[in-house]
Amino acid sequence: MRAITSFFAALAVLLGGALTPAIAADEAPTPPAQDWSFDGVFGTFDRAASQRGLQVYLEVCALCHALDYVAYRNLEGIGFSEAEVEAIAQRVSVTDGPDDSGDMFERPGLPQDRFVAPFANEQAARAANNNAYPPDLSLIVEARAGGADYLYGLLTGYVEAPDDVELSAGMSYNEYFPGHQIAMPNMLLDGAVQYTDGTEATPQQMAWDVTNFLAWASEPNLEDRLNTGRGVIIYLLIFAGLLYAVKRKIWAKVH
Amino acid sequence: MAHGSSAVNFKNPAVRWVDRRLPIFSMMHREYGEFPTPRNFNYLWNFGALSMFFLILMIATGVMLAMHYTPSTDDAFASVERIMRDVNGGWLLRYLHMNGASFFFIVVYIHMFRGLFYGSYKAPRELLWMLGVVIFLLMMATAFMGYVLPWGQMSYWGATVITNLFSTIPVAGDAIVTWLWGGFSVDNPTLNRFFSLHFLLPFVILGVVVLHIAALHVTGSNNPTGIEPKGPQDTLPFHPYYTMKDTFGLAVCLILFSIMVFFAPNFMGHPDNYIPANPLVTPSHIVPEWYFLPFYAILRAVTFNFLFIPAELGGVILMFGSIILLFFLPWLDTSKVRSTKYRPVYKWFFWLFVIDVLVLGYMGSQPAEGINVLIAQLATLYYFVHFLVVLPLLGKFERPKPLPRSIAEAVLPRGGGAADMAAAPARPMDKA
Repeated sequence: MRAITSFFAALAVLLGGALTPAIAADEAPTPPAQDWSFDGVFGTFDRAASQRGLQVYLEVCALCHALDYVAYRNLEGIGFSEAEVEAIAQRVSVTDGPDDSGDMFERPGLPQDRFVAPFANEQAARAANNNAYPPDLSLIVEARAGGADYLYGLLTGYVEAPDDVELSAGMSYNEYFPGHQIAMPNMLLDGAVQYTDGTEATPQQMAWDVTNFLAWASEPNLEDRLNTGRGVIIYLLIFAGLLYAVKRKIWAKVH
Repeated sequence: MAHGSSAVNFKNPAVRWVDRRLPIFSMMHREYGEFPTPRNFNYLWNFGALSMFFLILMIATGVMLAMHYTPSTDDAFASVERIMRDVNGGWLLRYLHMNGASFFFIVVYIHMFRGLFYGSYKAPRELLWMLGVVIFLLMMATAFMGYVLPWGQMSYWGATVITNLFSTIPVAGDAIVTWLWGGFSVDNPTLNRFFSLHFLLPFVILGVVVLHIAALHVTGSNNPTGIEPKGPQDTLPFHPYYTMKDTFGLAVCLILFSIMVFFAPNFMGHPDNYIPANPLVTPSHIVPEWYFLPFYAILRAVTFNFLFIPAELGGVILMFGSIILLFFLPWLDTSKVRSTKYRPVYKWFFWLFVIDVLVLGYMGSQPAEGINVLIAQLATLYYFVHFLVVLPLLGKFERPKPLPRSIAEAVLPRGGGAADMAAAPARPMDKA
């Protein structure tokens, strides 16, 4: 019986998008397309923006959001030197162990450690966040329709709620969030960080930078992929041309 | 086995030594060297070889992915991310495998529509066609289970919806679903068996492909005119003519494939599958991979009970029926003429059918609400009308165009000896 029930539940979702979030999801407008440096066949990550984005992540986002699949050593991918990576890793404390006496112990972070999560588990994260679960950000750009455009739109999309919308307790109104009511407050207020490179930390600038950083975090091998791709395509074009010439020559006799 | 009599005298003594004891070189020479092949293939005849290429690619990349993948609900998603980030070239392996699945279906669908257009399923090639349908069914099962392995949201919910289809079977439905799952929901035992079967089935496919090719080498290939070769003037040896043409076609296909793999690897995927599976959160739209969409539309098209058959069961019956029907195609099509080129009326129905399948595919990707439901129902109706009404009747009423006397007459400037062939097209390569 349970199987039948879940089948109907699933079918209800399919037939008519019966659940309300399904309809709401369609109502959010598409965020405007931005001109990202990593777009297109010749895309690269903007090192300076990504490094500033790391600062935004560490000082603002990391209070609630984990970055489980990224290791500190990966940061060399956005232009940090080995020494800088070590310095960044050392700022955190990592629980390691068990040691020889069976106890866990704290030690400074190392480049091979993954980014330390703000909460021990989902329950702790929910308890601290009005029962909302801040998602892991490692794949946030890949895991949302619209990718980087959506993320930037969301981060800059906090507006006053229209008069006919009653916000639930602790919720904010966001133009681009499916259903518009989002548990994450607008964190990127003017001067939320002090950029070490002197860039002015406007909300747009911080949203832009952290989106660059998270796009890199979602697919750190992107530049490698595009580089390889360009070579492969050029190789195949020449190869296919040669093959076509040989094919013509062979077939000339029987045409 | 009469291989001894047809053995080739190879110059290389080592080859000769082996061949006398196991005539594998003679076989290759016979079946891929001098194998008489119609001279008038167009590029649509490349897609069998392309399918073979993608099967091998999928097995090769899949075996290597399996070396790094962990089939457990706790670790599956993370192990895929480890492949993407930490395994050397892992991102390439996974993107090749992901997009390879899509391209495998693209080339197989073109291969199938080629068969439909040129009547390649008609006598004496019925069994060849039916083996192809078996391969198609196995591919669908393999692709479905493979999509579950990354254990993202679409993996989990797709698996839940599709396995639940079996719960519509009267009486035993629930028991069957529990048996499929290895528990009371899609969970770790389900993931483990799907991994095991996803590894096994491609080799079963390979076995059926061998039978498919063996059957092909008994009847010989069909060709764009649909008439059998009548002599040496109608054929060419497979090598070098078609080995070369297939290789060139493969290179072109690889260019398109590489564009997807390197520049748009997630284009055919769904962003939700980069969210780890969560049994407590249902995605707003559960959509299968694109290659299942026409069948998914048929499944959802039945929104009403029919006699004693509830709507859900009706949808399942029609969906499986739409594929099972293909087994009977050689007998449903009553026309003696193979190639649609010589069937002036069927030509229109063929393209109507292609459009119908595309409409079904699009409807499968849209939420089933409002006018979409009606469109999907009409498209489903036509799908079955095409096979069950149009094909049987048209063969009786249609007056086909006169067939050329031979392939050579149809494609060679001087008609391979026939004097009155001034009207025949000049170059075989232009024949579509």
